[in-house]
Amino acid sequence: MSGPVFIAGLGIITCIGNNLSTNLQSLDEGKSGIGKMQWLQSIHQGDLPVGEVKCSNAELAAAAGLSPKLPRTALLSALAAQEALLDAGWDKTSVLRTGFISANTVGGMDKTEKFFELFSKDPAAGKLADVVYHECGAVTGLVAAHLGIRHFMSTVSTACSSSANAIFTGDRMIRAGLLDFALVGGADALTRFTLNGFNTLMILDKELCRPFDENRQGLNLGEGGAYLLLASEKGLKQLNKKPYACVSGYANANDAFHQTASSPEGTGSFLAMKGALDKAGKQPSDMDYINLHGTGTLNNDIAEGTAISRLFGPAYPKMSSTKAYTGHTLGASGAVEAVYSVLAIQHGLIFPNLRLLTPMKEFPFRPVTIHLRNQRVQHVMSNSFGFGGNCTSLIFSAT
Amino acid sequence: MKIYIRSTGNISPQNSLNKDLFFSTRLKTLNNYFKCPEPDYASFVDSKMIRRMSRIVKMGIAAAMTCLRDAGIENPSAILTATAYGCLEDSSAFLRRMIEFEEKMLSPTAFIQSTHNTVGAQIALLLKSHSYNNTIVHSSFSFENALTETGLLLQEGLGPVLVGAVDEITDDRHSILSRFGLYRKSGKSEGNIAGEGASFFLMDSEPGNNPQAILKDVQTMYNPENAAVVQQSILDFLQFNGFNMDQMDLILTAHTGNQKLDEADDQLLKTIFQHNPCYPYKSLCGDYPTATGFALWFAALLLKVQKPPSWMEGYKFPMKNILIHNHTGNDHHSFLLISAC
Repeated sequence: MSGPVFIAGLGIITCIGNNLSTNLQSLDEGKSGIGKMQWLQSIHQGDLPVGEVKCSNAELAAAAGLSPKLPRTALLSALAAQEALLDAGWDKTSVLRTGFISANTVGGMDKTEKFFELFSKDPAAGKLADVVYHECGAVTGLVAAHLGIRHFMSTVSTACSSSANAIFTGDRMIRAGLLDFALVGGADALTRFTLNGFNTLMILDKELCRPFDENRQGLNLGEGGAYLLLASEKGLKQLNKKPYACVSGYANANDAFHQTASSPEGTGSFLAMKGALDKAGKQPSDMDYINLHGTGTLNNDIAEGTAISRLFGPAYPKMSSTKAYTGHTLGASGAVEAVYSVLAIQHGLIFPNLRLLTPMKEFPFRPVTIHLRNQRVQHVMSNSFGFGGNCTSLIFSAT
Repeated sequence: MKIYIRSTGNISPQNSLNKDLFFSTRLKTLNNYFKCPEPDYASFVDSKMIRRMSRIVKMGIAAAMTCLRDAGIENPSAILTATAYGCLEDSSAFLRRMIEFEEKMLSPTAFIQSTHNTVGAQIALLLKSHSYNNTIVHSSFSFENALTETGLLLQEGLGPVLVGAVDEITDDRHSILSRFGLYRKSGKSEGNIAGEGASFFLMDSEPGNNPQAILKDVQTMYNPENAAVVQQSILDFLQFNGFNMDQMDLILTAHTGNQKLDEADDQLLKTIFQHNPCYPYKSLCGDYPTATGFALWFAALLLKVQKPPSWMEGYKFPMKNILIHNHTGNDHHSFLLISAC
């Protein structure tokens, strides 16, 4: 096992900004990006608010230097990934081994939906070009080729924890000496498939979501892409760059309760958080901030809160869910929130949990609701819990 | 560190759940796809649960449970699932209904089961396992990357690890991929056959009571410049592990029966594979991105049993080392090296 794994570059695109600096600015101004659907074509345009990236596919494609005919997930992925590489000053001619480990849950589903409009009526109809990138892995391959990463690539898909799992996969490969750089994270575009899927589960709020509020009614879906360039000590030296932070621990555990619902006691969440602390060699009291999974559903917030009470009580770290800004970006959310966690360390900021009026009565703690600046933020835990009971906690630390 | 394959479980277009039948009878297909004969799932899962599961989930669970039972392990320390396409049947079902009913009156069942990690999640649910659980979905590298992850988890001290590959044929997948001109036309013998299957393995750094084989190494290579690079990479891969071509008692090749796709394989037969016994494993399981799961199962079985199936004539046993080569469209290449215990 080699030394620490550093975070040398960040890139992000969400409904609150097309790059890192605009995301930070929106977080700092308390500006949510969730609102009326403008780009996604759905009958739910009027009744379900979403966190859309404020660009058409053509605009995203032009910015990324890719074809506008590609899946929106690929465009979001490419933009955020490019920013992270540029931010780190990564050079594709480097002889050090670079891997691309990306997550998504929808792949090219937006194009497949278009294809199925025709194909479902006539099996000989529909443009084949629309299904070429259907697979999640095809989106990663497309972006890897665009970026010029060729040593290793992989795609992780574990629902809402996907990109958190991509992050620890990269960390593990660097620690094992298989890579010197790992571009890790994920992307997901809004699609009718996921919007309607979540809608059938009756967990979408028709108003703006209120994570960890007593009167919360569900989540809002969002979209985006976010990546971190992880580097070994050797890689960092080559970049000649001061790292943002390092990855100090992580764990994945399964709730093994239900395909889509969390156990009331939050067994999987508890084991993931506990495992991450153990791996980092830290105590609960060492954590300065928890970026909550905090979707705003009745079920998630009670399960996550219960697990936090068990593990951290009675001395709670500061915590907040940033999903009230971005919506739930599914396969991208673990990486989006990892980037926010790193920004919290870098700038000494704790972002408020927007729209929280009445704290949940079950818990003695309450998430932060005002901007806290000039904080000492050394260690941050970021939670991502998904369908299939897939629970991941990551810990980032100041270097 | 050695990676022992302690046990296996496999559902394929062959009789792979019944070793005797598999050794005596080779199943063929008259169609241009190869579907798995399905076992009686009631011996693996409660019949009420079976009704709610799609074929890929059932096949995955049957393979995983066979594997765990064989090793007498109830809760592995990690569960890794590789799938290129994920749960297509449920994805198609939800998509079709969504389009047909114009986003109205949809039921959540198909959506819930369409998530790519459903197979791994359902295995965890069945075992009540809180262990590490991950799903890799990277086309023809899905299973190979899951094996790499297995090796790293074992290195970190976890074990045993349950790792598997699953992909299913659905009418929609077959109908769409056929339009790409991938498969053999009816009545012709030229062209490849679509396949599917579920293969699970219990891997560990310890041999356990009765290990099947040792997975020496796995490597992927993306988009090689030319055939010479592929050849050199295979030689380098063997050399890195302390082997050479002469020591390979069998090579499972990636031939599909489609002349154009098989050019890369024919090149290898003419060059570095020319003195080795070779067998085209996709003639047994059909062509699909995670077919190396089947190949690894087949290789581990031959190395354990040390005799050929009745339909596999002219191969010398005992065998010590088997090399698996896979490629899809000549851009995703992978190499797996397996040895007898």
